[in-house]
Amino acid sequence: MKKFNLKYIALFIAATAIVGCDEGFDETVTDAGFYSSGTADFSKYVTVGNSLTAGFADGALYLDAQKQSFPAIIAGQMALAGGGTFTQPLVNDNAGGLLLSGVQIAPNRFVLSTVTTAGTLRNSPGPAVYTGEAPTTDAAIKVSGPINNFGVPGAKSFHLNAPGYGLLNPYFGRFSSASNATVIGDAAAAGGTFFTLWIGNNDILAYATSGGVGVDRLGNTNPATYGQNDITDPNVFAASYAAQVQALTANGAQGALVNLPDVTSIPFFTTVPFNAIPMDGPTAAFVNNNYAQYNGAMALYQQGGAISASERAARTISFAAGQNAIVILDEDLTNLPNPGAPGTFLPKLRQATAQDLITFPTAGILGTLADPSNPASIIGVAVPLGDANVLTSNERALITAAQASFNATIAALASANNLAFVDARAALGLVANGGVAYNGGVLTSAYASGGGFSLDGVHPTPRGYAFTANVIIDAINAKYGSTLPKVDIGTYRSIMISDSVTN
Amino acid sequence: MNKIKLLGLLSLMSAMAYAGGYRVSTQSNKQLAMGHTGVAVVNSADILFFNPAGLVHLENKFNLSVGGFGVVSQVQYQNTEFGTFSETDSPAGTPIYLYASYALSDDLAVGLGIYTPYGSNVTWPTDWQGSHLVNEIELSAIFIQPTISYQLFDSVSIGGGPILAIGGVSFNRNVNRTLTDEQGDRSNIAIEDSGVTGIGWTAGLMFTPTDRFTFGVNYRSLINIDSKEGEATFTNFPNSNLSPFRDGTSGFTATLPLPAELTIGASYKWDKLLLAFDYNRAFWSEYESLDLVFENGVQSINPRNYKDANTYRFGAQYEATEKLTIRAGYYFDESPVQSGFFAPETPRGDSNNYTFGLSYQLNPKFALDASFLYLKFNEVNESYNGYLEGGVSAPFAGAYQSRAFVAGIGLTYSM
Repeated sequence: MKKFNLKYIALFIAATAIVGCDEGFDETVTDAGFYSSGTADFSKYVTVGNSLTAGFADGALYLDAQKQSFPAIIAGQMALAGGGTFTQPLVNDNAGGLLLSGVQIAPNRFVLSTVTTAGTLRNSPGPAVYTGEAPTTDAAIKVSGPINNFGVPGAKSFHLNAPGYGLLNPYFGRFSSASNATVIGDAAAAGGTFFTLWIGNNDILAYATSGGVGVDRLGNTNPATYGQNDITDPNVFAASYAAQVQALTANGAQGALVNLPDVTSIPFFTTVPFNAIPMDGPTAAFVNNNYAQYNGAMALYQQGGAISASERAARTISFAAGQNAIVILDEDLTNLPNPGAPGTFLPKLRQATAQDLITFPTAGILGTLADPSNPASIIGVAVPLGDANVLTSNERALITAAQASFNATIAALASANNLAFVDARAALGLVANGGVAYNGGVLTSAYASGGGFSLDGVHPTPRGYAFTANVIIDAINAKYGSTLPKVDIGTYRSIMISDSVTN
Repeated sequence: MNKIKLLGLLSLMSAMAYAGGYRVSTQSNKQLAMGHTGVAVVNSADILFFNPAGLVHLENKFNLSVGGFGVVSQVQYQNTEFGTFSETDSPAGTPIYLYASYALSDDLAVGLGIYTPYGSNVTWPTDWQGSHLVNEIELSAIFIQPTISYQLFDSVSIGGGPILAIGGVSFNRNVNRTLTDEQGDRSNIAIEDSGVTGIGWTAGLMFTPTDRFTFGVNYRSLINIDSKEGEATFTNFPNSNLSPFRDGTSGFTATLPLPAELTIGASYKWDKLLLAFDYNRAFWSEYESLDLVFENGVQSINPRNYKDANTYRFGAQYEATEKLTIRAGYYFDESPVQSGFFAPETPRGDSNNYTFGLSYQLNPKFALDASFLYLKFNEVNESYNGYLEGGVSAPFAGAYQSRAFVAGIGLTYSM
């Protein structure tokens, strides 16, 4: 009898034990083999580039955005297909900004604020420098240990190959292996099995964001003579880039090369429209009257053959009720003597067209008075925007030419070295032209509200970086037959709101 | 003071939501072992819960039944498109019950039941992929049911009583998918309330045309838990006029329905064998939306859109020896959750439930009961589409795999 009872009790316990061992999903995404690395080896991912690779956003390198850099996002997905640890030279804090031996040398990041630095309410939210905490990252303090992310904010193509660049650029100085080290040398020494290289943006972007105040160095192959805002010569770019690819593939590593997006993809150039001047009829008539003499001079110069009909048309200033094109200075216009003041020249005025790009900081001065005591000195109407505020159509053409050459080099080197090629130009063009739908919204390049770009108007938000990561993942999968999953970009944040901006 | 202690204790006695919605079918070890049938099974004072009309049928003058369960459950989530995976680490639930009955005469019996028919305790990893829907939820409700049962005719008895429900809730989720404070920490809302009371009732009828055949019907009313005095805590919100909340606390109101339930069933006794069948219908369609209204007027609307759901229960009991009774059962539980509304707080598909257990008569007065339930939910590939961001639906989709084990032990005393 007792045995009989025990049998049932034993059965009860055994059944409990059996069902207790039941597993969950038949196949779990974290199981080895669920995602394939294809013919690639993701065990050590190394990435090289500029601020975009570093995770720079909102005008600064700060912790939260850095943790959501596109390489960090890609590394997270690679971890599902054999990827190893991925270490970045993280900064200390979310202030952004940078100290060098205790002295601040780079400003804190921007946040979207509803108040001014004086603490009063703004008419509408806008970017302001975050003052909620003091910066603590000192570039004089070396980052220790091995790193995978060799993104150096500010770096141009040739900088990566320049010995001692860490002495010039504290972002590299923080983690350079030696004072005479090169970025590419340190990256190659890291011994990655897989790499991404995205460099060259600053070779044109510095010129663009400066409003074209620099020089196009086409034909000048000595970068030592270049200024910060100059356009790099295509041969310098090509030689630098080829050397970088060679360094990174010397150990047989595979990788992806990323090309350069158009400047029109970034809100820095698309936020302020060329026709940003609203005006009523009487005001327009008043302004036109003030320009009558200049317009008359243009007509005479055309009749005299000094300028073409099209230049005369371009330089004829005319306002009407409604939105009006901004008056700008264009250095590429013909020098015309000023009949009223012999020995001087007429200002090279014209109204902007849709082909001219007005820089983002111009929003802060447009429509204000150049001379506070003179109510007629409205910037953009009576006072023209200067060279630094406008990327004129001619200046854009220089950029486009250089960019096309750089991108052709990148595509050719990808092909020649059998590497994945990432068409970031096309992908970011989609964001800028209509946007890209994701789960829960549409990613666009609209300033602050579009989700794609941070408050500096140039660098992506974490959501924009996540989109970039997906584009690169697509290219890697296509090239190497891997099945890396993409990320849900709706789960990455866009800009940050904060009113901690008062001085 | 004692009352507060009691409530504190009660709130600890929460249980996993392992039946449809957050209904927890663990009201008796004897009956759970046989598929949680019981509307037409007169075994013990446990009938007080299953069908108060059966109370008068108990043989002994005084019956006491106490018991409890350990509930271990796990939910896994994954999304193969994005390579995301999470699994719950929920604390074990411990539903309990106590039933006492006293026969005043052959025709009249009274009783008192205390039990925990609703509960949920789901803990996902903090800031997991679905944290904008739920990080952690803990629901608990303890029911106190005084009961009277009367033999109306030879073959018909009736019974019923009021129910006092005391509920508690704590719920924690991130405010949306991406808002953080300046340090990148996710902005979070946590609400908590306890000692919320609601009133309902239950009534049943039992028909025993022969010694062998029993038919029963029982209805339990809707009880709304109206939370009005709870506290919402906001953390990690940015210092911004654009932020929907600022860090701190506020009041909130919310209503959680504990839905009505109708059970019809029959049992047939044949020598040492008893077979039982119950059909339950839970009126879950009451649960349309979990709406939180905060003091500042901001509302959090969380559509649930549950549907009424059926459960089909089969149970058998066999008196193997004089001292040992063995039981087994099965039930099929329809999920009240509709397609497109699979929120990760109760991400349940339909479930197949296997039960077994035994009772051992320790002596003429005491019997020991044990039961075991294994719940296997069908793997579901579903989404929750009720979450909006800027007016745009951002479905949270993926596959869920849920399972639970329940083991219980109880003691029955009769004299």
